[in-house]
Amino acid sequence: MLTNWINTHLLSILVFAPVLWGAFLLCFPERQAPLVKLLALLGALGIFAVAVFQMFHLTPDPTGVFLAEHHPWFSVVGLPVDYHVALDGLNFWLVLLTVFIVPLTLLGTWNSLKQRAGAAIALFLMLEGAILGALLSQDLLLFYLFWEAMLPPMYFLIGIWGGADRKYAANKFLLFTLAGSLLWLVALLYIASKAGSFAPVLMTQAALALPFKTQCTLFLAFALAFAIKVPLFPLHTWLPDAHTEAPTAGSVILAGVLLKLGGYGLLRFAVPIFPAAALHYAQPLAILSVIAIVYGALVAMVQSDIKKLVAYSSVSHMGFVVLGVASMTVVGTQGAIFQMLNHGISTGALFLLVGMLYDRAHTRQIADFGGVAKRMPIFTFFFLVVTLSSIGLPLTNGFVGEFLILNGTYTSGFGWGRAIAIVATLGVLLGAVYLLWMVKRVFWGPENPREDSGTAHLHSDLNAREIAVMIPIVVLIFWMGLHHRTFTAHSEAPVIKLLSEAKAPAARPAPLAHAPEAAPHRQPEEAH
Amino acid sequence: MHKFFWLIPILPLLGSALIGLFGKKAGKPAVSALAVGTVAGSFALALFAFFAMKAAPGSRIEINYFEWMAVDTLKVPMGLVFDPLSCIMALMVSGIGALIHLYSVGYMWEEEGFARYFAYLNLFVFFMLTLVLGSSLPLLFVGWEGVGLCSYLLIGYYFETDYAPAAGLKAFLTNRVGDLGMVIGMMALFAHFGTLTVGELLTRSGHLSPELGFGVITFATMMMFVGATGKSAQLPLYVWLPDAMAGPTPVSALIHAATMVTAGIFLVCRLAPLYQLAPITLTTIAWVGAATALFAATIGLCQRDIKKVLAYSTVSQLGYMFLGLGAAGFAAGFFHVFTHAWFKALLFLGAGSVIHAMHHEQDLFKMGGLKNKLPITFWTMLIATFAIMGFPGFSGFFSKDEILYLAYLKSPVLWAMGLIGACFTSFYMWRLMALTFWGEPRDHHAYEHAHESPWTMAAPLAVLAAGSLFAGWWGVPEAFGGHFAVGKFLAPSLTFGQTHAAHGHHEGPAILLALISTSLAIAAGLWGFFSYRNGIAVAEARGAKWPILHRILFNKYYVDEGLEKVVLGPTRGLGNILWKVFDVIIIDGIGVNLPGALARISGDFIAFFQTGRVRNYALAMTIGALALLWIFLK
Repeated sequence: MLTNWINTHLLSILVFAPVLWGAFLLCFPERQAPLVKLLALLGALGIFAVAVFQMFHLTPDPTGVFLAEHHPWFSVVGLPVDYHVALDGLNFWLVLLTVFIVPLTLLGTWNSLKQRAGAAIALFLMLEGAILGALLSQDLLLFYLFWEAMLPPMYFLIGIWGGADRKYAANKFLLFTLAGSLLWLVALLYIASKAGSFAPVLMTQAALALPFKTQCTLFLAFALAFAIKVPLFPLHTWLPDAHTEAPTAGSVILAGVLLKLGGYGLLRFAVPIFPAAALHYAQPLAILSVIAIVYGALVAMVQSDIKKLVAYSSVSHMGFVVLGVASMTVVGTQGAIFQMLNHGISTGALFLLVGMLYDRAHTRQIADFGGVAKRMPIFTFFFLVVTLSSIGLPLTNGFVGEFLILNGTYTSGFGWGRAIAIVATLGVLLGAVYLLWMVKRVFWGPENPREDSGTAHLHSDLNAREIAVMIPIVVLIFWMGLHHRTFTAHSEAPVIKLLSEAKAPAARPAPLAHAPEAAPHRQPEEAH
Repeated sequence: MHKFFWLIPILPLLGSALIGLFGKKAGKPAVSALAVGTVAGSFALALFAFFAMKAAPGSRIEINYFEWMAVDTLKVPMGLVFDPLSCIMALMVSGIGALIHLYSVGYMWEEEGFARYFAYLNLFVFFMLTLVLGSSLPLLFVGWEGVGLCSYLLIGYYFETDYAPAAGLKAFLTNRVGDLGMVIGMMALFAHFGTLTVGELLTRSGHLSPELGFGVITFATMMMFVGATGKSAQLPLYVWLPDAMAGPTPVSALIHAATMVTAGIFLVCRLAPLYQLAPITLTTIAWVGAATALFAATIGLCQRDIKKVLAYSTVSQLGYMFLGLGAAGFAAGFFHVFTHAWFKALLFLGAGSVIHAMHHEQDLFKMGGLKNKLPITFWTMLIATFAIMGFPGFSGFFSKDEILYLAYLKSPVLWAMGLIGACFTSFYMWRLMALTFWGEPRDHHAYEHAHESPWTMAAPLAVLAAGSLFAGWWGVPEAFGGHFAVGKFLAPSLTFGQTHAAHGHHEGPAILLALISTSLAIAAGLWGFFSYRNGIAVAEARGAKWPILHRILFNKYYVDEGLEKVVLGPTRGLGNILWKVFDVIIIDGIGVNLPGALARISGDFIAFFQTGRVRNYALAMTIGALALLWIFLK
């Protein structure tokens, strides 16, 4: 009886267990922080174990869904809202990435938080639940609710536990995201009213019946919200502030998972619901992405704060994700999904490492370091491996993602595809420039001669706990680089289906901006 | 035996991992045995592979293990290919690699980072073998970037100094510039041919109709060549190689002379049938090669650091190889890779032996008279010098002459550039020899303590000397009554069974050209030798006579300073402008904070009226009522 209930509600358990566990941990007094940490870690590990154990036993049904829960929930202005969550090829690995990163982050930042650690950790777990909910949602209003639910925990994590300028950063984070999602909400309600539902499939049909210009407007409203989250140039300026001010755990989860929701949203909702508009705007999106790639890299190059450098590198790397989605090719889109995982692992790891350095030296200024390699050889090894993965050295994960995206862009249909791909390769060069230049100034060379330098405060290399955090990351970096099929096989069929439907003749805009009488009826078979 | 061939690259990787993890605890003898043993094991296996390849139909074995990348149409297998080209490279890499590993045991014995050094060096051999044996361009690229990484780590081996990490960074980044070319080339080839495995690419290019796709091929081959200029240090991307001498000397011998820097030539040869279809690219390659050969040789004339002379010499010799390739003599270009590997590795190891003996003194002007102190080093280096100057019978003679001859057929100007470069080569090499081994010792303290190196260092010198003597006889050109056997050996790789790549008959005054170039090179060598045999007085007088020329050459044409001013500085400036102007002022200032401020100001303004005092509200009501009254009554 109970097992049966558990088996049919696995996804809900996955989403709400972290939230409830977090709420439970809030009940502990502050002096119990060590216990809270331990309980939180055990909880997160348990969720990870259950997820891994269950997910590898599953086989997808013919439509590619591994697990689903679908209940009618309530109605808003006559529109039915469903509680519909599902695990499928598109979100499979992002879900796993989330449940993987959370325990690692808890362990990696064990001693980082000094004040009110228990509350921060509880918020952190609630954030995990919201992210998982957003990833799994198949109903757009449900997605929207989880999307907004991700904001408060992150807002408080930055605003309460952040650095000196935390209030500005937290407000900026909140307002940027809200500004995008409000416009999106309007567009969402509009298309839902046309479709009579919040189900994406029905929305696609309704969208096709709309005038092309309307489709474009709606697509732009969707894309804006997701582009802010990614973040895409020129909407990126909240990210460096948020990253720099956030506590290490916040930065890791922000880079590791939260930003992915932007790319995922584009791919999951914006493109399939408005395929014609997506094709129409593919090239401008690709151009913005390539600007983000080069721009983020150039700005990262001149940063003096290591954490801010990594933050700007996120802008550059996430530009590749949007570029892959915008290429509207299977190779590019698969590359984009893969790049999201890459970025989650590599940049998440970079933030963890920067946090480990900061915990010891209490500074993040590049100029305060120099000669760290001599003092912390193990740390240097891990930092170098993660750096190499981040600059896309072949045999690591970074290379595969970038290579797929670049090839997808080069062969994409739109006019400037080749030129865009060629300019985007600059990101690969500049990535090496800013990261290895920073590595040179921080790790190599003679020890910083100043008495109060950061290097002088480094008395211990990584301890067993920190090494234990880094080892799974390194394993994944090489596993993903050597055998990416493990990570892309599930999404291949959904991506092919998505793109062939998006490019099918029925999805093309009518030459005149007339609304056809009825939505063109499309058979699923037509797509192939 | 086939099923063990994957061990050829994997053995050194295993060695690297074991040494990296346990090397420090295991001790130096164990590390040495493991490092040398794994590379020697690769060499033995590569020999087996060589004979298996000779016996295989079409002289080609391709083994694919698993799919590395497989997305939609983009399919890249993890696989190795054994054909004449890859086998000979694999033998060179593992063979010379094993010798240099052995030499390193002696050279690095006193170093604290002994294990770290061998972990890197073994890793390098792994990546280099992946580069030459990989069955597809992306896998070749794995090795390509991987050797770049090892080069970065080994150049920066002395990481606690200022200069070594800087040199490593410069090498990596300059190489990355070239690598962009590789990536773009791969994208273009994939978009056009729909495949990236070497075998399929070359097969499909054989069916290409002339009007279709030659533009693409020209573009793709040109981009690949950009990659080659980075790795093989050609103009304008040669700048990293001289700085790379900051690494330990055996590294310079293995990576920056014998193997890695020839990867660019290997790449062009690997895709030779494609390059045959791109005459514009070939002409470009020839001119870039000739210009580099000449340019680098002029800088070599004035350098004082023994390793810098050899570094510029390497850049120059790589230029010859490209000149050969550009003249459509793929076999000739590759033949020079082969001969050069022996004598340049020998020269570097010899220089290392001298530096070792002189307690890390690298300044030629402080050496002198070491002939009797270091007899083995002296005699072996002498052989290498004869080889590099192209003295008849030594290995460099055959390969260089074949290149110059092909260059002459392409354009006499190319030949003349090569010829002048050859004279400079001969001059600076004899200058180096005279300053090191002849004359009076100029630094008596170092001279007194100089001693011949241990057997681990001397034995590799002897083997390499034998190679420098005899390697050339593998490719005696037809003009001298030979059969240019190396060309016939490599033919299956270079033509890939395609007819349009067949060689035309050689015509031209081969013997006469060889006579001219050899006699001029010998004359230049004699001049160099007698100018410096008795010390540096003549050199200083000559420098004083042409101060500007001397300063320009000594400062390497001020290229590094120019790069800083023209490329690096402005790029950093651009980054700063984008950040401080665009991000901070325009987006955040005008786009984000200004609306925020406006909202706050308007809020404050309205809040000003919300005083909470009844008399204020009464006043406002009165004013409002009066205003309404006035409007209605008007």
